Amino acid sequence: MAETHKPPEKFTLRMRRYDPESGQAPYWDEHTIELEPHRSVLEGILQAKAEFDGSIGIRCSCRAAICGSCGVRINGEPGLACHTHLDHARASAKDGAIEVEPMGNMPVIKDMIVDMDAVHWKKVQRVTPWLINEGPQPEREHIVSRESMVDITQTMACIQCGACVSDCLAMEVDPGFIGPAALAKAYRFVGDPRDEEQRERLLDLSEDPQGLYDCTHCFKCVEACPKDVNPMGQIMRLRRIAGNDQHIVDRNNGERHEQAFVTLVKDSGLLHEAELLPRSYGGNSWFGKFHPAAGKELLSSLPVAIRGVMKRKMSIKIALFGHKIPKQDLDAVKKIYAKIESKPERYELNLYVSGEDEEEAA
Amino acid sequence: MKVAYWPGCVSRGFTPELHGSMAKVAPLLDIELVQLDRANCCGAGVIAEHNQELADTLNARTFALAQQVQGAELMMNICSTCQGAQGECQERLDANAEYRAHVNETLSDEGLTYEKGLTNKNFLWLLVEEIGLEKLSGLVKRPLTNLRVGPFYGCYIVRPRNRLGIDAEHPRDHYLEQLIETLGGTTIEYAGMRKCCGFPIITMNKEASLTQAGRHLGDAVDAEADCLVTPCPLCHLNLDMQQPLVEGVVGRELKMPVLHLPQLVGLALGLEPKELGLGRHVVKPTSVIDWSTSVVGAAA
Repeated sequence: MAETHKPPEKFTLRMRRYDPESGQAPYWDEHTIELEPHRSVLEGILQAKAEFDGSIGIRCSCRAAICGSCGVRINGEPGLACHTHLDHARASAKDGAIEVEPMGNMPVIKDMIVDMDAVHWKKVQRVTPWLINEGPQPEREHIVSRESMVDITQTMACIQCGACVSDCLAMEVDPGFIGPAALAKAYRFVGDPRDEEQRERLLDLSEDPQGLYDCTHCFKCVEACPKDVNPMGQIMRLRRIAGNDQHIVDRNNGERHEQAFVTLVKDSGLLHEAELLPRSYGGNSWFGKFHPAAGKELLSSLPVAIRGVMKRKMSIKIALFGHKIPKQDLDAVKKIYAKIESKPERYELNLYVSGEDEEEAA
Repeated sequence: MKVAYWPGCVSRGFTPELHGSMAKVAPLLDIELVQLDRANCCGAGVIAEHNQELADTLNARTFALAQQVQGAELMMNICSTCQGAQGECQERLDANAEYRAHVNETLSDEGLTYEKGLTNKNFLWLLVEEIGLEKLSGLVKRPLTNLRVGPFYGCYIVRPRNRLGIDAEHPRDHYLEQLIETLGGTTIEYAGMRKCCGFPIITMNKEASLTQAGRHLGDAVDAEADCLVTPCPLCHLNLDMQQPLVEGVVGRELKMPVLHLPQLVGLALGLEPKELGLGRHVVKPTSVIDWSTSVVGAAA
């Protein structure tokens, strides 16, 4: 059934205005526009620009959520101005006025326009965003299996709007972090069977202290993306291939941390936290803590550990031996590990590709 | 109500005061905890990062054990990270019958089966949705009068919204504020309340990790919070246990006590700070807050 057409309504837009060249501080600027409620925030901004103030700065082009130009923050959340209905935006507004701000983690050029070149595009360039295949070219096209290409279609859906970059919490404290958009782009090529440099790409990203293992797993990018690219999920896939297939032992303790975690849960069914730290630094065995690389870190963590024991935060027994599930359950867990880890290929369900089952008819 | 209770690893390892305080609070709320002693670690996202099928199977095992608990209405956890990591696996298991059958095949060695549609709720969700704030408010014996509490959720329990079932009807990303007010306290909003504590990268990029914790703690100090409350023991490790190191990294004194959710509830229900394990924190709440005046001040 077609949606009934609603008449135009008044909406208040509160826009964050800033012109770095003016020498003035940023300020809020309010305009009331009149449009049908299903029209976009972008159309609202453009009406304000046409009717009240031609100097309002907003970048836009396609107005159909495909060019990625109009990334902004609406009521504090990242999104495309052209892809957000006015009535939806008003519903999530604090006080009825729709707040529109420039994206975060990037310098503002003017008003809602941020410097994508200085941050986003630089990071994308950082991951060598093109296919590398120097070998003899086939006479016609490269033939690849359908499955192998379907796997990377999710990252191909990226429209480079920068919404994930805007909200990345790791980048907030570490601006040098390669970030979600560029790492998702990296998976575009790491996962492409035609690319010849999978190992080199992953080595480079793993060894970079602001690379693959600098992601804090906060789901901000997953939530921000208007195209369901799931950048964090792509980062996890990069890690999976780097550690399990390429066996890259990086200097940032990323691979060691993962292996230690997985092994400790296999050995006791639960996480033995006190062993995780030394093994992450020194290597995945009980002897890891005696590795020189572990020594320095452990020494610096010692006051924290001693404080913990002193406060009876953890018992000495737990600190030394950890905790375990009952033996028969532990055996079952070990069997699960053995069965799954011995498979020649990992089984990975991606709901983006497979979709969900249809609801069974009642 | 009877629940299949999954305490998680950290609440029995590095933050035993969390598990301990939950055990103390449950009877006061008429919650019968049937502990899933046989269940395994949720993997905290790290096992999924290693091998998705392994993480899904291990968590399906936990879900199957929970479904075996006779008379339990649902499964309850006390860790944001368990909620998120288990929820991610459950989403895949519930979405695809073929995949579920494949995972159950592995579990069948042990005679276990996971059936689609388990309800797994964090204690926070259970408080608001099952017990209800109105009933809870009637149980308050010692209102947290004048106590300024900053919520700290932990990423795994607020994102992604769809998977976690956060919507207008279930504003689960605002439950801590509602709860604090119900217990008679004052909610302090600050920039970092739904941000990342930094813990997942503590071994990979210690400075960035501690800077994250430091910023949020600093924001809470600036907003004049007396303490924070968190449903996540991993956040607690970075915010409390590491706080002396954090102070060094961000170059300011913080002295911000961080309470586990059941501890805050327990205080309001009349339990003593000591029996809730408040003395076991690195930043001792008892040394910062005078409970006798700021909390016990008003008569119940």
